[in-house]
Amino acid sequence: MADAKVIPFDEDGRGRRGRTPSRGAAGRGGGRHGDRRGVTPSRGGAAPLGSVAPDEGALAGLPVADPSPAAEAAAEAERVPDSAPDAAAEPSDADPSATEPEPTPGPGPADALSTVLGEVAGRLLDGGWERRAAHGLAFLRRRLTGEYQVDEFGYDRELTEQVLMSVMRPLFNDYFRVDVVGIENIPATGGALVVANHSGTLPLDALMTQVAVHDLHPERRHLRLLAADLVFMLPVVNELARKAGHTLACTEDAQRLLEQGEVVGVMPEGFKGLGKPFSERYKLQRFGRGGFVSTALRTQVPIVPCSIVGAEEIYPMVGNSRTLARLLGLPYFPITPFFPWLGPLGAVPLPTKWTIQFGEPIPTDGHPPEAAEDPMLVFNLTDQVRETIQHTLYQLLVKRRSVFF
Amino acid sequence: MSRVIGVDAILPEHPLGRAEFVHVDIRHPVIGKVLAENAVDTVVHMDVSGTPLGSGGRAAVKETNVIGTMQLLGACQKAPTVRRLVVKSTTSVYGSAARDPAVFGETMLPKALPSGGFAKDACEVEGYVRGFARRRPDVAVAVLRFANILGTAGGTPLADYFSLPVLPSVLGYDPRLQFVHEDDAIDVLRLCSLEPRRGTLNSGTFNIAGAGVLLLSQCARRLGRPTVPILPPAITWLGQLMRATQVTDFSKEQIRLLTHGRVVDTTQMRETLGFAPCYSTAEAFDDFVRGRGPGLLPPQRLAEAVDRVAGLIPQDRAADHSGASPSGSARTREEHTRHG
Repeated sequence: MADAKVIPFDEDGRGRRGRTPSRGAAGRGGGRHGDRRGVTPSRGGAAPLGSVAPDEGALAGLPVADPSPAAEAAAEAERVPDSAPDAAAEPSDADPSATEPEPTPGPGPADALSTVLGEVAGRLLDGGWERRAAHGLAFLRRRLTGEYQVDEFGYDRELTEQVLMSVMRPLFNDYFRVDVVGIENIPATGGALVVANHSGTLPLDALMTQVAVHDLHPERRHLRLLAADLVFMLPVVNELARKAGHTLACTEDAQRLLEQGEVVGVMPEGFKGLGKPFSERYKLQRFGRGGFVSTALRTQVPIVPCSIVGAEEIYPMVGNSRTLARLLGLPYFPITPFFPWLGPLGAVPLPTKWTIQFGEPIPTDGHPPEAAEDPMLVFNLTDQVRETIQHTLYQLLVKRRSVFF
Repeated sequence: MSRVIGVDAILPEHPLGRAEFVHVDIRHPVIGKVLAENAVDTVVHMDVSGTPLGSGGRAAVKETNVIGTMQLLGACQKAPTVRRLVVKSTTSVYGSAARDPAVFGETMLPKALPSGGFAKDACEVEGYVRGFARRRPDVAVAVLRFANILGTAGGTPLADYFSLPVLPSVLGYDPRLQFVHEDDAIDVLRLCSLEPRRGTLNSGTFNIAGAGVLLLSQCARRLGRPTVPILPPAITWLGQLMRATQVTDFSKEQIRLLTHGRVVDTTQMRETLGFAPCYSTAEAFDDFVRGRGPGLLPPQRLAEAVDRVAGLIPQDRAADHSGASPSGSARTREEHTRHG
């Protein structure tokens, strides 16, 4: 937080969810949402000790009584790398390119093969692999025949839940070890506009917020992000963004989603926030023209301020090559201590420790829908949201022990 | 409705039943005489066409679309009996671009107007129709913007595209598409050419599309035709090659449609016009698929293949484990601890 001026604030009363005062390795696993199957453990051992094996969620929260659970945990950690890729990789086989027919063995050796398969798989994987395999095949079948639904924005719910989320979840759980506070501030039903700060050169903060809302909200809501037009101009990126439920940041799309009762996520700082130099970290940039406030007023949905700490340091942007940016048609070309000097290795984000805090919702249904046209009210609300996020950022920075832990 | 008169520059291929036929090109002023002599009260203009293959090429199509419409509107303006005008337009007036909203309403304008081709014709035609509506406020004017029309007959550029054995697609893009079934298209034209039903309004501009959205990849899988992703510059060359060889009209705007896709809002159609299509987008497409032969990768065969693999999973064990209790998983864990 270096030169950030810290404004002292009284401790906020709300309990911090998913965090015990002494953030030991055990406490981390315990407070989390119960349903954690298919979580891939850390790659490269970045996570601290009790790296939460599927069955051990309950166990990890308990005080360790004798050494045997520890041994078991070690065994578990050895075993999980086999089972987890199965859960994660099987659906991803079904992803777009997979249009080739499966090689199908004849009926004769089928029984023998199935027995052998069963033996091998039963040995390698834990129980219930058949169920998971059947689940994966049913998914594959729907994918190959095109019998799945997308909404008018191109949001492919099934693909997002089965594949895209399980790709992002290891980053969320084990790489950035995101602590989420105040998830209950997102309403269980109806529309809401989540407004967050934006940082980190690449919009990983938006994706992590999406995972947070999906995995930790009791109603497992889906955050529909509004993305810059650059996202929809890039090949592959645009396709994935649409399928993950993102759409273009424009009034029409935002209003349509909010009227349908979706939770919409917006980062009003845009590229100004994403591509700001490292020296200006955690200083909120201008919040556009307050278009998001007008849209919330028009649709009468609450605004949920969201502060993300940790994303600023994933790519410390010490320089910006304007020439290269103009050449490539990008809003900025980041130069970090590692990128582009180390090539692709420099594009690996630093494993910082993140906190995402959702603040008290700011209601807008007290104003009539025409209030959206009132510039003073819009500016005031915009400032209120901005100040809330900025102050929460400072509070979280004061509490933070270190960038990486 | 007592008489129906069909007007076309070419003779009809099918018997028209009780309808009469007049062999006239709408680019010719004779069209005014046809309207006046028969005391026509309703004009349905369906000649805004996007199919340049066959005769004349692009210039001739543009002339029929734009000059023909101008002639027809001029004739309508002179004919005092005309009370109703229905124009078949297209949703391609919205264009396809990355920077546009995901869903177009009737009042939205694209960031950039279509620069050429059929979409530009349609934009110009709509402009002339709006001018006509201002000059003749006593005429009820309906402009119907149809999404891609599909049916058993085919004949549209997109239907030709879906008939290719492998579908060239743009690498890294999966456009959202909407379809209207041809029966629904006829129904809505009929609805607009009659007096409005109670509580509805059938003059104005309406988007016409089936409910729901299909992605191009979904379409390809339902058709059983593999897609071949091609880099954007190469697909332009391929399009030119296909046009030159008259395989299909793979125009620039079609490439844009297959890159960014296009979805329109049909609330006005449902609520103001009071029209509910019988076929959703997916149903219209399924009906189209039934009219085609099986592709290289029929979805049924793929499904069977997957089912056969699924059959290899021992069912009894799956059932055993589906009801697995915590003790079951504890047992497996013990087993593993021993192995490890």
